[in-house]
This record gives sequence, C-alpha cells and structure tokens, in this order.
Amino acid sequence: MAKSQRSQKSSQTFWTNFVLIFICVMWMIPILGILITSFRPSDEIFRNGWWNVFPHKEDLEISRVVIPESVDVDGPITYGGTTATFQEWQRGIQLEDGTKATWFGNKRTRTMVISENKWVGFATNLNLQNYKDVLTGKTITYKNAQGQTITRTGNNLGGAFLNSLAVTIPGTIIPILIAAFAAFGFAWLDFPGRNIVFTIIVALLVVPLQIALVPILQDYVKLELNGTFLGIWLAHAGFGLPLATYLLFNYISTIPRELLESAYIDGASNFTIFTNLILPLSVPALASFAIFQFLWLWNDYLVALVFLGEKNQTVTIAVAQLVGEKGQDWHLMTAAAFISMILPLAVFLGLQRYFVRGLMAGSVKG
Amino acid sequence: MEKGYAIDMNTLINPDWIKTNYSDAWQALAKMTGPSGEIAAGIWARANGKSFVFYPKKAFDEAGYKVPETWDEMMALTQQIADDGDTPWCIGIESGAATGWTMTDWIEDLMLRVAGGENYDKWVAGELKFDSPEVKEALDYIEAIWFNDAYVYGGRAAIPTINFGDAPKPMFENPPKCWFNRQGNFVTTFFPEESVAGVDYSFFYLPGIKEEYGKPVLGAGDIYAVFNDRPEVRAVIQYFSTGESLKVWVESGGAILTHNDASLDWYVDPVTRGVAETIRNATTFRFDGSDMMPGAVGAGTFWKYMTDYVSGSITRDEALKQIDASWPK
Amino acid sequence: MNITQTKSPGANNPITKILSWFGTTLGQLFISVLVPAITFLVLWQGYLFLQRAAAPQIVQVLVAIVWGVGGVALLYVVTNWLVMKLPKKVAKTLQPFVFVGPAVVIMGWFLAVPVIRSLIASFRNYLGTEWVGLENFKFAFTDPRMLETFRNNLLWLVFGTFFSVAFGLLIATLADRSKAEVLYKSIIFTPYALSFVGAGVIWKFIYTYKGTGIGIREIGLLNAVVTALGGTPQPWLNLTPWNNFFLIVIMVWLQTGYAMVILSSAIKGVPAELLEAARIDGANEFKIFFSIIVPYIKGTLLTVTTTIIIFSLKTFDVVRVMTGGNNGTNVIANEFYLQSFTYNHAGRASAIAIVLLLLVTPVIVNNVRSFNQQRRGF
Repeated sequence: MAKSQRSQKSSQTFWTNFVLIFICVMWMIPILGILITSFRPSDEIFRNGWWNVFPHKEDLEISRVVIPESVDVDGPITYGGTTATFQEWQRGIQLEDGTKATWFGNKRTRTMVISENKWVGFATNLNLQNYKDVLTGKTITYKNAQGQTITRTGNNLGGAFLNSLAVTIPGTIIPILIAAFAAFGFAWLDFPGRNIVFTIIVALLVVPLQIALVPILQDYVKLELNGTFLGIWLAHAGFGLPLATYLLFNYISTIPRELLESAYIDGASNFTIFTNLILPLSVPALASFAIFQFLWLWNDYLVALVFLGEKNQTVTIAVAQLVGEKGQDWHLMTAAAFISMILPLAVFLGLQRYFVRGLMAGSVKG
Repeated sequence: MEKGYAIDMNTLINPDWIKTNYSDAWQALAKMTGPSGEIAAGIWARANGKSFVFYPKKAFDEAGYKVPETWDEMMALTQQIADDGDTPWCIGIESGAATGWTMTDWIEDLMLRVAGGENYDKWVAGELKFDSPEVKEALDYIEAIWFNDAYVYGGRAAIPTINFGDAPKPMFENPPKCWFNRQGNFVTTFFPEESVAGVDYSFFYLPGIKEEYGKPVLGAGDIYAVFNDRPEVRAVIQYFSTGESLKVWVESGGAILTHNDASLDWYVDPVTRGVAETIRNATTFRFDGSDMMPGAVGAGTFWKYMTDYVSGSITRDEALKQIDASWPK
Repeated sequence: MNITQTKSPGANNPITKILSWFGTTLGQLFISVLVPAITFLVLWQGYLFLQRAAAPQIVQVLVAIVWGVGGVALLYVVTNWLVMKLPKKVAKTLQPFVFVGPAVVIMGWFLAVPVIRSLIASFRNYLGTEWVGLENFKFAFTDPRMLETFRNNLLWLVFGTFFSVAFGLLIATLADRSKAEVLYKSIIFTPYALSFVGAGVIWKFIYTYKGTGIGIREIGLLNAVVTALGGTPQPWLNLTPWNNFFLIVIMVWLQTGYAMVILSSAIKGVPAELLEAARIDGANEFKIFFSIIVPYIKGTLLTVTTTIIIFSLKTFDVVRVMTGGNNGTNVIANEFYLQSFTYNHAGRASAIAIVLLLLVTPVIVNNVRSFNQQRRGF
C-alpha cells in the first residue's frame, strides 16, 4: 500500500512540475524576447528577430561574383553548374560544392553573393545604450548657427521615480483603509439601505473611468486640487474603491460569526473589533489587493496625465515623453518596460508570503 | 475669429511688405473672415512640405536610374525597377492609435493633382463628399501602386502593419530593398544618422498629374496671430514677418521658412534647401486636409476606414460612405 | 462614554483638578471640539507645506506619504471617537456610517455623480445643447459599429474569462503542491506587473508582420515559427475575425496572474484534515479536486469570475494599444473613447456608457443576492 502510494506520489510530482515548467516557459518567452531586444542596437531590432542573438546557423558571405555582360539576365542564367531564372537566383540556390549563391540586389548589379552556411555565436554588439537613454535622458547634438556643436540631455528618471512613489504608496494604502472600514460595515453591521448601497457599489465596478475624467477635472480646478498629490490620491481612491470593497467584503464575510460574537460578549466595541480582530485576520486579502492597486497605480498613465500633468511627472509620463511624439523611439520602450517593472515585482515578491499563508491560520482554536 | 479678437495684420505691418515677402499661396492661407470682413489673420513662420518622394541617391545613381519629372515617368520607373527584380515603393502607415494618417496625406496629394485646389477646398469643407468621382479617381491612382504586390516592399498586406518611421529603413540597406518613400520632409529625422543629405539620399517632387492643376504642394506650418495691438507687440510682429527672426533656427537645420526674404543660402543641406525652394515656388499650396477637417473625421474615421480598406476588411465604397456618414452635422 | 468621577488620592492636586474637569460635560464638549480642531490644523499645515513645494523633492515625497496615509487613519479614529461620545442609541445608529461613510461619499463623487451626468447627457445631442430623446440609444443598440463591439465583447467575455480562471485555478492548485511554488507563481504573475504599453510592445514582437517578398526576414516570433515550419507569414492582427482571439491571448496572459493569486489563497484555506481524510479513503487527486476543493472555494471562484467578466466587458487598453479598434477588433469601451474624445459626440458616448452599465447589472445582482442570503448584521 505504502509503496504504490509513494510511486503514485512521485509520478504526480513529476507531472505537476512538468506541466508547471512547460506553462512557465511559454509564459516567459514574450518577456524574454523583450529583455533581449532591450540590449540590441535600434537599427538591428528592425532588421531581424531577437532570437538571432543566440548561436544559430546563418549564410555568411565568402565572396562575390560578377556575371559577365554577355549573359542576358532576363533569360536563364548559368553559374556553378546550375541553370535557373533570375527569380530563383534571387531566392538563393544551393550549389554542388555546398555553397549557396544568391543574387545581390536587382538585375542591374549583375552580382551574386556566394555564402556558406556556418554557425554564428552569440551576438557581440549588445549594449546598454537603450537603458542609458531611458535612465539619463537622450543626448542630442546639433550644430548651432556659429558652427559650434551643442549637446543637450533630456530629463532623467530620478525625479519621476520619486513622484511615482508619492502617488503610489498613499494611493494604495488610502483606498485599502477606506475599503476595509466599508467592507466591515457592509458585512457585519446592520443599517438601513445596506443592501441597496452595496449593490450600487458593486455595479460601479463597470463604470469606465473615462466617464469621470472631465467632470472631476472641472471640480478639481474649482477646488484648486488640480496637479496636487491629494487630488490624484482621491481620484485613484474613487476609481479603485468598488473593486477593493467588493473583494474585501467577500473576504471579511467569511470570518466565522462565532469569533465576532465572542468578541462582542467580551465587551469590545465595533472599532476595537475592527482594529484588533478584522484587520489582522484580513492581511491576506489586504495584501492581495495592495499588490493589485500598487501595480495599477504604478503603471497608470491616463489618470496621472489628466490630474497631475507635467509638473509632478510620474515614471509613465516621463517614459511616454521619451518615446517621442510620433513614436519614433519606441525601441526605448523595451528598456523602459523593464526598468519600470523592477519595483512592482519586488513589491509582489515581498508581499506574496502574506497570502501564501492560509485564510485563518492560527486564529481558531481547536 | 468670429469674436474679432484677431487683429488684421495689414494694420500692424506694412501691407506691401506682406505682399512681397509672402507668396500668394501663403497670403491666401492667412485670409480669414472676421466680423468686419476678410482680414489677414496672421503671418506664417515655419513650414513643412509633404509632396516629396525620398530615394537613396547614391544607389539610385549607381544603378543608372533617372529622377522622374512626370507621373507617367514615375510609374514607368516603378515598372522598370519591378522588372529589375526589386520592389520599388516602401510604404508604411502604422502609427499606433493614429494609424492611417500617412495614407490621408497620400490621398490629399492625389486630390490636389487630379481634382485641383478648388475641389480640394470643397472636399475639406465637407461640400464635396468622399463618395464622389473625384475622390475615387484619386484612390484609383493610389491603388495602382499600393495594391500591386510587386510594387510594394512586403506587399499590400504589410502596409498597415509597418510603422511609418520604419518604412524608409530598407532604402538604406545595401543593396536597397526599396527605392521610393513618399512622405513629409520631417521624415529625414528617421533616416540613419550616418546618412548624408544630398549624397546618400535626396528627394524629388511628387509629379503633378493633370496639366491644368500644375504642381501643387501639400504642407503645413506655424502661424502667428496678434490679439492685442500695442507698440511692443507691433514691433515684435513686424520682426517676425522677416526671415531674419528665424535665421538661427534655419542655420541649425531645424526649420523651413515661408518668408521670401529668407535666403536659400541659409539652409545647411541640399535637401532642406530643395524642399524650401519647392514650397516657395508652389503654384498651389494647400494645408494638410485631415488637420483641417473636423476632428471626428480628420483624426478619426478618415484614418480608421482607410486603414481597414487597405487591410481588406472593408470595401472601398463602404469605407467612403462611412466617412461621409461620420461628418458632424 | 462618561467618565465616572472617583475619589483618588491627591484629589486636591491642581493637575488632578484640571484633569478631572475634563470629565465634566463641559470638559467633554471642549475636547470634542479641540481634538478635531487640532487634527484639522495639523493636516492643513501638512497640506500647505506640500503646496509650497519648497523643500527638496525627497523630503516632499516623504511628507506627502506620511501625511496622506496618516491623515486618513487619523480622520477615522477621530470621527469614530466623536460618534462614540454621543448618547448610546444615537451612537449605535450612526456608527456604521462612520465605517461606510467615507467610501460611499468618495465613490459617489467620483463615480456615481458622473454616471448621473452621463445619463442626462445621453439624452442630448453631441454638443449637449438639445434634447434628442432615445436617438443616441438607438445608435448604441443598432449601429453596425456597436453590433461589432457587442460581438467582440462577447468573445472576450466567454474565452477571456474562461481561460484566465481555468489557468489561474490550474496553476494555483499545482503550485500549491510543488516545492518551487514561489518561483512558479512569480513567473505567472510577472505580466501583471507590466503597464499596458509595455505589454503592447512585448506582443508587438510576437505578432509583427513584415510582409512577403524576397529576402524579407520576419521579426515577429509567431511569423518566424510559421515560416520555419514552411508556412506563409500572416498579418495576424489584421485578420478579421481571428485577430480578436490573438488579442484575447494577451488578456489571458495578463489576467491569469490575478486569478491565480486570489484563488491560491482560497485553496490554501481548505482544511488539511479534509484532504487527508479523502486521501486515506483512497480518492485520487482529480476526485479530490472536483469534489472537495472546488465546492469549498466556490465563493472565491464566483468572485474572481465576476470581476474578470466585468474587466472583459470594460477592456480598453489592450485593444487601443494593439489595433486601435481597427479591422473588426472594436470593443465597447474603445467605441466609447472614440465617441467621447475623437468624434466629440458626448451624447453617444454617454449612451454607450449607460448601455455598458446595463449589461453588467444582471451579473452583479445575481452575485449580491447569493451572498445576502446568509447576511445578518450586528
């Protein structure tokens, strides 16, 4: 009995890991692509795929051959023992001696490139130029009227980084706090209109935030909140509260009734129950939502653009400016995507143990 | 404009100076109707042109090709290059959410050439519908190039997927993978840094088609307007009406001027100079149409439906009808 | 809450006298005014400090963070404290509102009021000057552009939600049993950490099509694989209607991490004893999964599915960045954006938003009802 259980278990472990590894590899391929691309020089990015960075077989030129004037290129062309039409030569033909002949350019060049299929090692021209441009701003040189060369550097990301922090941290904690209070109220306190208001709140989940942008902006201008951090915290709170309240409500309502009842019997008030019992128990849910909200805020572009503007730029706005108005420097996005990904990932890794822990671990006796 | 805030330039600057220093075309563009009649609402500063075809000059000359002067010559050259085994045109209209704007430039250029300036103005104002023989004729000319897979690098299906800034890149490969890119003169900033204007690349004017419509040029520009008539303001605007005011910009290589007194020698490279010259000598100059149409069309349905039509997900007639339907009433 | 005065040693001590005065009703009133006033003052000063923006940036940022978070917490504490000072019956009725109030007010201002404004605007023409009745709604329900969006959103809803939840559940379950759990979960979650623009650039390198012709080398991964296997490359994002599915793939890639995180914590809540007992009884893993785990986490499963359904109805960024809604990929939120900001037709845009709201309501009502069956407040 034990033996078959053991072997059943080990084959299970094998399959479990196999499936997981397979899915994870497929998951990472797109990101791997972008990571590699971010190290490549910009003109190469357009020319061939990022996998060419790895060792592969490629046709390397060894020599060129000029087709004599006497040969009519519109008809069949013979070279190296093979006869073919121009179109076929254009695609490249394997010759008997193992080399490949490909027509170079159009008919007027009358040249063929002879190449051999050889292994090419890792690309050697990878550099950090894209990262430098993103982090420290692009350097532009031009000659002014007097003929002097002037160099200008764009903005670096340091200030934007701090601004993003100023927006994200309170913008995450404040809604969670407000939502936790509200979720407790809806889950466990009785008051008139409870069901209706909650239904409305959940219905608000679907409201596209674009609806609110213009009216809120008008209100902000009247209240002089435009461009302030307080303004954007409130805006993000408003947009994030429905989801936060909904998620936390679902979580808090699963707390066993007996726990709360015994606390009431012990004479605790609603407030102390909330701070000493509910909040600690809800840490998994709070941590989960904190991650989502943090990521949403960190990567947000639209709300920051509308309510903060240029004065207190966040990272997303700074990066968007980097890419250029017409998008001509979009290759910089590859490096930028990575740089702005580091912090959210770190937050995730730091907080993920909070919801790895079980729901009510250690709070129920027996 | 309607409220009369913009002040007539003719009262601030010597009207004769304006007549001398700006071509008829520029003067016409600045005329707008105010509450007291037609006035010159502003004076022009910088300009850019769009009716140009850029080509890799060095390789072009080496291959023995000749720059075409008429549309027929251009189409013959297109066929010649195709026979030689290359795809002559590099075309890309992708631009993120603004995908399709390059095509609208093509259509506007063609409209000027097959329908003329007056019809162009009617079209931009919404009086001449998209679903009309004039527009369809312009599109016929475009289809003759775009929808022929042998003429376009990557074929028709690639046009909506290739970014407009990436499109000219194959011209600079060795050997060039394509030879012509019709675009506004700003596109030179997308060319490889090492390429030298006038040596590695140059441009030719997109030829006219119908004789009676001459050599129109499509473009855009910045304009100055004045809202407060004060002595300092007068002095400033008088200065701005001279080419001198922007000379430094020109010499740094960043601007093309509309002023006639801006000497062509100020321009630092032959391409910019050539562009400036073409703009100056334009018999008909028109502003970019999609910029002048209502936003819903010019920055909306015009882009969207033209892109869908090139990708093949909608027919030409359907696309034109939809654009007309979206014109705000 | 009344402090009963007790006779303590040293009651004639001046300090004790002052302190005991606070116990009187007058004293209580005084404190009720003073404490909020001080709180308000401190917060106001903080606000002014930030406004002036004179200090070095890092100080600014730190103060902003502390002020923001601390301020809100402080406000709750003070408000609750105030309410508790009122007579018991009043306090009991009012207190839930202390908890729920701020959330309701904020959501009201930021979401509910704009919706009402939109509702009104939806009955007006594009400039908002004339009443046009139901004309905008006629557009929203019958225009071919809108019908296309309805079809597309349905695809997103069905396929996007199903695969996100299925993959999320699969990985949450499997990872729970493996040793490298954190690693696997982090990898699956990584896409969620990207901005939409970043995701757009990433998938651009998968779907890019460079065209057919001699010597053209594809730079998009999908086309490279297709050519390596001998096929012809395709402009994937321009192929109607398959392009919708290619976009849905991106959504699944992004959302699975979210589903996984939530489902994972639910799965970990399944009591170990239950699972052990089933295993001892000889049940295999599949049976355990479907008969024990799934029913146990039914509530969470429903929550996750609901939120992802709603997101799929609201989907905007991916479509906007990748195709702009062209070639038959238009979705409701994108059409809303186009009508509002590109075509400047406020009436139609508002009508579309209201329609979106209507579409979601049945989902919500169903959910809330199932929870309310056991809800009894204190």
